[in-house]
Amino acid sequence: MTNSHHPGTDVGEPDLSVQLGSISLSNPILVASGTFGAGREGSNFIDVSKLGGIIVKSMTLNPWKGKPTPRMTETPSGMLNAIGIQNKGVDHFLAEDLPWLMKREATVFASIAGNTVEEFVRVADKLRTGARGIAGVEVNISCPNLEDRNNMFSHSTTSTAAVVEGVKKALPRVPVFPKLSPNVTSLPEIASAALEAGADGLSLINTVFGMAIDIETRRPKLAGTMGGLSGPAIRPIAVRAVHEVHRAFPHVPLIGQGGVADATDALELMLAGASAVAVGTMNFVNPRSARDICAGISTYMKTHRLTDLSELVGALKLED
Amino acid sequence: MAMMMATGEVLGHKKYGEHYHSLTIVAPDIGERVKPGQFVNIRCGEDRSNILRRPFSVYRVHKRGGWASTIEIVFDLQGPGTRYLSQLRGHSIVDLIGPLGRGFALPKRRAHCLLVGGGIGAAPLFFLADELRNEGHRVDVILGARNSGLLLNQIDARRLASVCRITTEDGSAGDNGRVTDILDETIEKCQTEVIYTCGPHPMLDAVTKVAVSHRIPVQVAVEELMACGYGVCMTCVMPLRKPVKTTKESSKKDGGAGEEDAFVYARSCTEGPVFNGAHVIFNGTPDLVSDVELAPAGTPIRQSPIGDLDDELAPPGN
Ligand SMILES: Cc1cc2nc3c(=O)[nH]c(=O)nc-3n(C[C@H](O)[C@H](O)[C@H](O)COP(=O)(O)OP(=O)(O)OC[C@H]3O[C@@H](n4cnc5c(N)ncnc54)[C@H](O)[C@@H]3O)c2cc1C
Ligand SMILES: Cc1cc2nc3c(=O)[nH]c(=O)nc-3n(C[C@H](O)[C@H](O)[C@H](O)COP(=O)(O)O)c2cc1C
Ligand code: FES
Repeated sequence: MTNSHHPGTDVGEPDLSVQLGSISLSNPILVASGTFGAGREGSNFIDVSKLGGIIVKSMTLNPWKGKPTPRMTETPSGMLNAIGIQNKGVDHFLAEDLPWLMKREATVFASIAGNTVEEFVRVADKLRTGARGIAGVEVNISCPNLEDRNNMFSHSTTSTAAVVEGVKKALPRVPVFPKLSPNVTSLPEIASAALEAGADGLSLINTVFGMAIDIETRRPKLAGTMGGLSGPAIRPIAVRAVHEVHRAFPHVPLIGQGGVADATDALELMLAGASAVAVGTMNFVNPRSARDICAGISTYMKTHRLTDLSELVGALKLED
Repeated sequence: MAMMMATGEVLGHKKYGEHYHSLTIVAPDIGERVKPGQFVNIRCGEDRSNILRRPFSVYRVHKRGGWASTIEIVFDLQGPGTRYLSQLRGHSIVDLIGPLGRGFALPKRRAHCLLVGGGIGAAPLFFLADELRNEGHRVDVILGARNSGLLLNQIDARRLASVCRITTEDGSAGDNGRVTDILDETIEKCQTEVIYTCGPHPMLDAVTKVAVSHRIPVQVAVEELMACGYGVCMTCVMPLRKPVKTTKESSKKDGGAGEEDAFVYARSCTEGPVFNGAHVIFNGTPDLVSDVELAPAGTPIRQSPIGDLDDELAPPGN
């Protein structure tokens, strides 16, 4: 039943390991923040140590209650959500979740969020005590900035830079990946601001802004009015975003995400320039998505006689 | 937690009354474990237009040893998911996750149990009634619906119940009206000690208010929109009145909706779908929680034969 994808366990099984900047991953498939909790529930279905990595649910300085319901509505090939980052706070992560994950030898990416630059920095400060168990930090800057009329950090070069600089100062030795929002005019501009502020890599994309209306009640289908679109519907946007940023910054390690459902989708993002790929919404449908995608990538490597997955990263052929 | 992914095989599909469909699925691992009030989350096709699984209460279980146990679900046609299920026939393969959620807490001693079901929402109450009867409890039933065609399995309800009352909003069967119209008198007549209810949320709210006024413990099974069904996405939350008082310090502004510690959001897929009704804020837009009419905090519930389910609740999170 348990299909092992350990490199080298079977003769001829391809080695799926990749480098994400300075981080060595046993395979390139991560689970995306907010779609796998901190691994406990998912471990009913999948061995968390076999994941390329787990990006845990975003954590904030204090617990956040989240938004009123309804928080979700299904849309063609995806869903809209407005959860409001319901989480128990960084202290809970350090006391309960991180030790649990470390015991299982999972590769952990902490995801941090906040409503002010200071909140981000204080979460990062606290994470220093757990740095030993953390492979990297994703910075969820798709949060409203209370000090900038609730504009999202990720929509402004200055807010993005301020958060990244603060987080990097607090965690100088941990690789930091700001997670960019696709809802901007120029992604490379935001990426550039994040990199100048000290980001070690970038994660893209977060959900795409969307909205749905119930025509009977004439009300928004989400209590939060607008929400984040995720799932296969957004994959072409993710591919474009990764491509665009990879072309602008070819040496920057990227975590690609958005709409990945199978190995084909993951390989598409790698060809566009992602060193690692996170699967999100599809975990809800198939909690073993990450494992199944790895199996598909193995098959692809065998058919294409590939020995090193990094050959694929950014290997998109363009005629221009 | 014993949830698992399973591949089931359809044993039978039938039209059930005027409106409903029933699917019996061979799923031994789930069938052997599932408890009344728990549910399964079914993938309704492989294509990528409607990707999310659909949750269904387990309506009946037939234990046939380790290899052939079946679960039965009943549903009405709502949209693409239920349409897909209605097209399955014998030997169709079904991709399920289950058993999911926390089911009904059962009485620890012999008790008079009243089961109140609205429309298709009555589904989990049949499995519950079977189990309660097996354990020697008295079962009474009130089934309600808009019209007689939407009543779920009146025949079995009458067979399982010592007293079975029916209400329809158009008077096409039983009493003309709603379940709550006859709830007081039924509680008194049957000397009800525990109420179990499932159906539309306004009905659960109304039943809870009556139960609380009689100081009877009430277990409600809620239906919230679910993206994952196994506790990771936080879409399915219900606001619960916070059982424990917290210190003022922990309730200062920390983002999200105006943070008052009057309630917590609990995941209905893992901490529910069955809750202590007296703890649920049914019509609460939590920003307005203080305006919502509630049974006052700490309303004494009559010495409960079922123990307080919610005392064991893991705090919501992730
Ligand atoms: C714990 C639980 C148990 C349930 N048990 C039953 C049952 O025994 N019989 C039955 O007929 N129905 C039951 N439902 C409702 C059932 O899940 C929906 O009717 C079904 O998902 C509709 O899918 P659809 O594609 O046909 O309809 P659509 O309306 O097109 O569904 C669109 C989306 O809304 C969701 N949705 C729609 N209605 C509901 C609802 N009432 N509750 C939750 N999600 C909903 C769907 O899952 C889907 O994501 C239950 C729901 C929950 C949460
Ligand atoms: C229900 C839900 C909750 C999410 N929560 C978070 C979160 O807390 N932090 C975050 O950075 N991204 C969050 N995301 C975004 C995902 O991590 C991912 O970037 C996005 O959904 C796109 O990938 P997908 O299409 O594979 O889901 C969430 C997405 C969903 C659907
Ligand atoms: S449905 Fe995902 S947490 Fe409940």
